[in-house]
Amino acid sequence: MASSRPSSRTPAAWIPLAAIGIALVALPMIGLLLRAPWSRIGEVLGGDAALTALRLSLVVATAASVLSLVTGFPLAWLLARRGFAGKTLVRALVVMPLVMPPVVAGVGLLAAFGRRGVVGSVLDEWFGFQLTFTTGAAVLAAWFVSFPLAVLALEAGLRGLDERLEDAASTLGASRGYVLRRITLPLLAPQIAAAAVLSWARALGEFGATITFAGNLRGRTQTLPLAVFERLQTDPDAAFGLSLLLIAVAFVVIFGLRGRFLR
Amino acid sequence: MSITVDVVSRRDSFDVEAAFEAAAGETVALLGPNGSGKSTLVATIAGLLPPVRGRIELEGSLLDDARSGTHVSSDRRPVGVVFQDLLLFPHLSALENVAFPLRARGVARSEAHRRALGLLGRFDVDQRAHARPSELSGGEAQRVALARALIAEPKLLLLDEPLSALDVGARTRIRDLLREELRRFPGVRIIVTHDPVEATTLADRLVLLEGGRITDVGTPDEIRTRPRTRYAADLVGVNAFQGPLDRLEDGSGAIVTDGGRIIVAWPEWYERGDVIGVLRPPDVTLSIELPMGSARNVLRGVVRSVVIDGQRARVRLATSPELIAEITAGSVERLGLRDGVETWASFKAVEVDVLPL
Repeated sequence: MASSRPSSRTPAAWIPLAAIGIALVALPMIGLLLRAPWSRIGEVLGGDAALTALRLSLVVATAASVLSLVTGFPLAWLLARRGFAGKTLVRALVVMPLVMPPVVAGVGLLAAFGRRGVVGSVLDEWFGFQLTFTTGAAVLAAWFVSFPLAVLALEAGLRGLDERLEDAASTLGASRGYVLRRITLPLLAPQIAAAAVLSWARALGEFGATITFAGNLRGRTQTLPLAVFERLQTDPDAAFGLSLLLIAVAFVVIFGLRGRFLR
Repeated sequence: MSITVDVVSRRDSFDVEAAFEAAAGETVALLGPNGSGKSTLVATIAGLLPPVRGRIELEGSLLDDARSGTHVSSDRRPVGVVFQDLLLFPHLSALENVAFPLRARGVARSEAHRRALGLLGRFDVDQRAHARPSELSGGEAQRVALARALIAEPKLLLLDEPLSALDVGARTRIRDLLREELRRFPGVRIIVTHDPVEATTLADRLVLLEGGRITDVGTPDEIRTRPRTRYAADLVGVNAFQGPLDRLEDGSGAIVTDGGRIIVAWPEWYERGDVIGVLRPPDVTLSIELPMGSARNVLRGVVRSVVIDGQRARVRLATSPELIAEITAGSVERLGLRDGVETWASFKAVEVDVLPL
């Protein structure tokens, strides 16, 4: 019998430790379920402010995810397939947003794109365009923090792809564009989906960089996490309700795509 | 119609230098051991690796010329390649794989699929048209890969180790199919292989590649008679007997060749069809008088040529079938062997390796 093999026996100590792990993840969610203002849930979630924040969150996260994929793919390709000077440095740079405190990311974005920032001052002077405190700023902040996840997922996918299949396609008369469209991208579909969901989920939860760089303006930069933070000081019940909404949205997406790439 | 290759190609700082020609309607085998530069040469001819020096010309049009910087990219070359690992696209069906070269050239989907299905039918795999490559047997996958390489009607067909991935049974069937398709194909045919049996049974002419250099060129017969390197002598310069097997009363067998019968140990796997028996020239014993020993094969004939290379001599005999023997130069002198001298050749049945064809 398989269960009598020594290697398949579960070490006794693992069960309580695993239970602690699961509890760590599950308890905050259970807490939210218990503390949510069920008696006036319709008023909290159906209110204009909540819906606006939800819509803005979805728009910002989706835009950031798409931008991360579009800009992440070429970089992932270079990292996976080409040797170039400073590659180690580039790779270290790419993962910096992952390890950087989000509020620092926001300050950095201000330093670059703020009205007196390196790029921001040029934009302001030449085009009279100011990025800070716009929805664009919220997208940029979310893009910044979700980009590394997209690059890492795509690079891993490209490394696992047999380049000789693309060579074979080219000897069969396929142009570079046709090879990309018919061979590379379809074969990478699972990794592209993974990169999209990971970066989307990261963007959806972004708080620190957004509030620092884009501010907390209802309807323009106030995404769901920012709305939760604001309500926590004025109407804690509503904060619990909005948090639950945020988790529900993320859960539906992750659960809905299970099996596609989450095994 | 022909191809002229005269290039130096570099991959991982290993230079491969090769100059050879192949005419339309002939099959040329590039034969060499692993690491001899075969795959570098395949990549160069396919247009995946521009040569660092030299030129490639196919049917009068220049594909590569390092001096003028000419390089026709792989997707614009009229070259059909069957790669060693086939490299069928795993996410496409057999039909879509074969239609791919047409679709890449802008042929409408329905037309491309119609033509692909026709070609799959010719290769007897049309009933597997909708299977994914992972669901195909080795032989089926090989046919699909061959159809994919042929469908856009290339001027050059390049087969990289076409039989190496197949098991013994499939190998025999695919070899017949390959021989038939190579014969039908009107353009230049090049096969790349490390297997001398594959090379000598499929090709009209051999180009031997060793350590990134061409070391010998010739028909299998020419190389057998006068191999220029040890590799050529050991691999190509062997005696090969082809024909069906006959079972003898004592349990051994005989290969029935056009020239005569060769006694061999009976191979347990044999069912029907031709086999090839391989006998190394050093295993052939020569004597002036009828030898009385354990050797089951004893043939008489006159010496047609003696080629001495240092301490070794290759003696070609007009026995039936013909034989090449390798003996020491001293024995040539001792036996007084020279053209026209009558001699006896003998070898044991177990010294003949019997391989499926």
